[in-house]
Amino acid sequence: MPSTEHNAPSLLDGSIIGPAIIGAFTKLDPRALVRNPVMFVTAVGAVLTTIGIVTADGDRGFIFQLALWLWFTVLFANFAEAVAEGRGKAQAESLRRARRETTARRLVNGREEQVAATLLQKGDTVVCEVGDIIPADGEVIEGIASVNEAAITGESAPVIREAGGDRSAVTGGTTVISDRIVVRVTMERGAGFLDRMIAMVEGARRQKTPNEIALTILLSAFTLIFLLVCVTLWPFGFYAGTSFSVPVLIALLVCLIPTTIGGLLSAIGISGIDRLIRRNVMATSGRAVEAAGDVDVLLLDKTGTITLGNRMATEFHPAPGVAAERLADAAQLASLADETPEGRSIVVLAKEKFNLRGREVAEPHAVFVPFTAQTRMSGVDFPALADQPARSIRKGASDTIKAMVERLGGQFPEAVTRSVDEVARSGGTPLVVVEGREVLGVVQLKDVVKGGIKDRFAQLRQMGIRTVMITGDNPLTAASIAAEAGVDDFMAEATPEMKLELIRREQAGGHLVAMTGDGTNDAPALAQADVGVAMNTGTQAAREAGNMVDLDSNPTKLMEIVEIGKQLIMTRGALTTFSIGNDVAKYFAILPAMFAAVYAADGATNGPLSALNIMALASPQSAILSAVIFNALIIVVLIPIALRGVAYRAIGAAALLRRNLLIYGLGGVVAPFIGIKLIDLILSALHLV
Amino acid sequence: MTFNAILYVLLIVGGSALLSWPLGRYLKWAMDPAASAGGGNRWTRAFQAIGGPLTLKQQNWKQYLLALLAFNAVSFTVTVLILALQQYLPLNPDAKGELDPSLIFNTAVSFVTNTNLQHYSGEVAMSYASQLGALMWQQFVSAATGIAALAAMARGLAGRTNMGNFFVDLQRATFLILLPLAILVAILLVFGGMPMTLQGSAIATTLEGIQQTIARGPVAAFTAIKQLGTNGGGFFGPNSTQPFENPTFWTNVLEAIAITIIPMACVWMFGRIVGKMRHAGIVFVVMAVLMLTRIGFAVWFEQTPTEAFNTLPIAQNVGNLEGKELRFGAAAGPVWAVLTTSTSNGSVNAMLDSLNPLTGLMPMIGMWLNEDFGGVGVGFINMFVYIVLAVFLAGMMVGRTPEYLGRRIEAYEVKLAVIATLSHSFLILGLAALFAATPWGTAVLNNVGAHGFSEILYEFSSSSANNGSGFEGINDTIFTVPWNIATGLVMMLSRFIPIILPLAIAGSLAAKRPAAESAGTLGTESGTFGVMLLVTIVILGALTFFPAAALGPIAEHFQFYH
Repeated sequence: MPSTEHNAPSLLDGSIIGPAIIGAFTKLDPRALVRNPVMFVTAVGAVLTTIGIVTADGDRGFIFQLALWLWFTVLFANFAEAVAEGRGKAQAESLRRARRETTARRLVNGREEQVAATLLQKGDTVVCEVGDIIPADGEVIEGIASVNEAAITGESAPVIREAGGDRSAVTGGTTVISDRIVVRVTMERGAGFLDRMIAMVEGARRQKTPNEIALTILLSAFTLIFLLVCVTLWPFGFYAGTSFSVPVLIALLVCLIPTTIGGLLSAIGISGIDRLIRRNVMATSGRAVEAAGDVDVLLLDKTGTITLGNRMATEFHPAPGVAAERLADAAQLASLADETPEGRSIVVLAKEKFNLRGREVAEPHAVFVPFTAQTRMSGVDFPALADQPARSIRKGASDTIKAMVERLGGQFPEAVTRSVDEVARSGGTPLVVVEGREVLGVVQLKDVVKGGIKDRFAQLRQMGIRTVMITGDNPLTAASIAAEAGVDDFMAEATPEMKLELIRREQAGGHLVAMTGDGTNDAPALAQADVGVAMNTGTQAAREAGNMVDLDSNPTKLMEIVEIGKQLIMTRGALTTFSIGNDVAKYFAILPAMFAAVYAADGATNGPLSALNIMALASPQSAILSAVIFNALIIVVLIPIALRGVAYRAIGAAALLRRNLLIYGLGGVVAPFIGIKLIDLILSALHLV
Repeated sequence: MTFNAILYVLLIVGGSALLSWPLGRYLKWAMDPAASAGGGNRWTRAFQAIGGPLTLKQQNWKQYLLALLAFNAVSFTVTVLILALQQYLPLNPDAKGELDPSLIFNTAVSFVTNTNLQHYSGEVAMSYASQLGALMWQQFVSAATGIAALAAMARGLAGRTNMGNFFVDLQRATFLILLPLAILVAILLVFGGMPMTLQGSAIATTLEGIQQTIARGPVAAFTAIKQLGTNGGGFFGPNSTQPFENPTFWTNVLEAIAITIIPMACVWMFGRIVGKMRHAGIVFVVMAVLMLTRIGFAVWFEQTPTEAFNTLPIAQNVGNLEGKELRFGAAAGPVWAVLTTSTSNGSVNAMLDSLNPLTGLMPMIGMWLNEDFGGVGVGFINMFVYIVLAVFLAGMMVGRTPEYLGRRIEAYEVKLAVIATLSHSFLILGLAALFAATPWGTAVLNNVGAHGFSEILYEFSSSSANNGSGFEGINDTIFTVPWNIATGLVMMLSRFIPIILPLAIAGSLAAKRPAAESAGTLGTESGTFGVMLLVTIVILGALTFFPAAALGPIAEHFQFYH
């Protein structure tokens, strides 16, 4: 993914591993375990096997080792969850520091009073001046101030917050570093932005998401099926004249039930949200992250997402008989004092194309003519000097310049009119440059499409996601930029109402829509969209309406959010498949061991089913123990995949399925054959059984 | 030998597959006439005229299910009454007597549920009134119930919240599909030499001068619907091994094709109703692969002579002929055994008990999976449950909330799908465990050890799959009250749970907002999806039943062939 993860701790960060080991034990609390049916059954099995050490009449050392590894299975799963939470907690700690108790200066009937921030109510107004920590989420209703939001965004450059407009929202815990603002509190204590962030990253109040619930049901069903298989084996054994020991049946059960995915499921969910947070995106719920994976229409604002913020000069089109260099020179002179990004881009383009250095702006006699709404042009005048005549250079829209040239008695060349039309047609803005009454040519200003964005959209298309560009430009300009950027569709002259209408229409057609927005007038559309990402610089209304907030206020991030959502669900699917695939090998390890003596001829120790021992495992006990050990260790081995997510490729669904089926399906079938055999070799080498 | 076997399989499976295509088109026309099609609607009006006010209303999934269950409850009662009163009813030329109550319960359930598990011998116990009025009638309407249920489910998955009207669908399936086909097949069977008479048994004097009673009856009519409706219940106890119920090689081929053709055509009907023929094609291929694989293994395992030859100084190279009809040969038995268990039919043309151990495993696998191609209508419904599970797993692996035919598979659908899967496994393994560990089961076995275990496992597999074939090691005449009641309950639960739950899923999906398809959506029309579906079925089935299989046929195999 293009943007790098912020402050991602290494997977083996000691400060996380330590507490996680403790967490693995505290999570043995039955009340916590019961939330996860698969691990609960495992824990019950471990308890029964532990009891079996005393009561069973078989080989106690063997049963002891079984019990030990069953406990490890539970502990490893707890550990995985604890590590995932730990990574979030580290984040939460730094957030919580920002929330330390502050005193607020509440305004009551125009008078200030000191009150603890915790006592603030929704609707209160508070005053914040230099050095004050803003006590709660709210909206600036008076004044302008620069605010340091590093506590939340990690970005130390201050941002401007002012009353009215789209930058009125402030977040509790951020610090005012200049001026004075009056803030109306919009959030109850505990429901504020910071509180929600902390709750999310800690996973304390984490609710299961719809897909997670469905998967839990499936995993419970697998658990029940294998419970049925193992329970019925006992009477089957009775029929065959064999008595299977309870610890061995439990070992079989635990190996068969999907402990791998069951143990890693919550870690996957937590780390999915964690990955978002590391990209400085806050989701209000895990559900939103899942929905992001399903999104198939992206509404993207043109400015800032698809194009760089401003128009840039990209081309000089000289009039007939005029050297391009002269046009560039004149355009540069006319723009030297023009501080707008457009003006500066003309200076830069002239320098790049013709190596024209910006001359001393302070050419003593130059008089710069700024742009005004009346003249609709700007330029520069040089008085007549000894060695050169007076010059008057202007640049402006073609109709204004044409009127001026004709007033001065000059000619507006046909070729220049054609250039102007051509530039307009291609989505650019033509600026005509004249010197006196001589038309020198046209400077083409254009929206510059961000580098690499076209490839990105092509990738999205392969992922089955349609991109729609939203712009206030006229349809002609919009169409040309849309074509250049490679978006699938565009909406020109868009208004917030049209956006909302478009979202509704797409949803009625069965699509899931994601969009970004910042203004208050975006709020309805943000609320309607399946995934609405509000910019942190936006208004409080926008932040409330969306289900995610991007702290970096970078609209491009929408695409990464979609990928994170997909990756989250994919990781679940891949590890489930892997977990189920593992069972095949475990059968071939444990069943021959259990059935070895079944139907044995009189006097023989090995019955017909010893033939199933295709892995040639050393002894029945070592076979069973190897399978249990493999089953426990695989959880630890897969923790990094659960935390990082499986690699997502922007390829079509069919190709993705093929790939994952091969890696996690086939891999899931093959890996345990190798793993169990290796463990068996080690066990027998060490004479552990 | 091998060449002949391949030709034989190609003739039957290839023939059915080819014929299933036009039949599927016809099934769609008959069951789900387009609003514009004149012919179909004329029939609809006719059926509404016959059926009265009940048939006029469009039903949602709950009403449809209710109608289906109510009809089956009434059918069950009528069947019980006819069986219980057969000694007083007409059409009883051989004066058949009273039946045991538990047998009446078992038989009535068996025929209402399209299972046709027979704990009796027809020619010994049943009057013609029972055979025709109770049993053959059920062979029509129970099959029609299955086709109707599939049509309703398909309508739901096509996004219609109204699933049609059960009573109209029932008549469509009976009078437009089963009856015409049964008449056609019965006529062909009569030409093939099958008896068709309402006269009592023939009394013949043999060359030795002994009087012999030869059972006969309306065999052709009974046999045609027995095969077409995946019923399987024989007119005679030995079923299609009996020369009157399967006289020649050609009737054997015809009957085998009749077994598979409607289940195959049901796949195409589903595809046509939901408008996804490519998807139906993929499912058809998955089903065919599963079936052909089992046929291949069964025929191959059956090339070895039975284990009794192990110790004899005889070279035997015509395969295992024990329990086979010599007019069909060693390959026809296992092929039929697989076909009949693939489709929940349950008729036999060889003694399954005498198959080599691993050959005997193949029909069991067919009943455990129970969806390639499965019973008429219900086979695809069973497959639908696997599709839901496969779609769920595959959907997650491509990073989206899984969806099927544009509708999202969420917790509710997964829950119902897993209950449907679980109930089948539970009823087989749970009840087999109960009978294996108690004298209920062990006391009536003809065999001990692994083979005896296979017999118990087979009986409950056959009941739960609504198949009805018997391993025949447990003697029909000594089936006891516990067997009659247990298998009766299993048949009933296994019939209706897998109809109720999938219809509920379809009802739930129909009410959802359809999602648009994109390149990011998991296509259910690709080969990759086919592989995913196949793997899901095989792994799920293998994981559930492997231990039981190991203790039965697999153990027996290794006992004899080291």
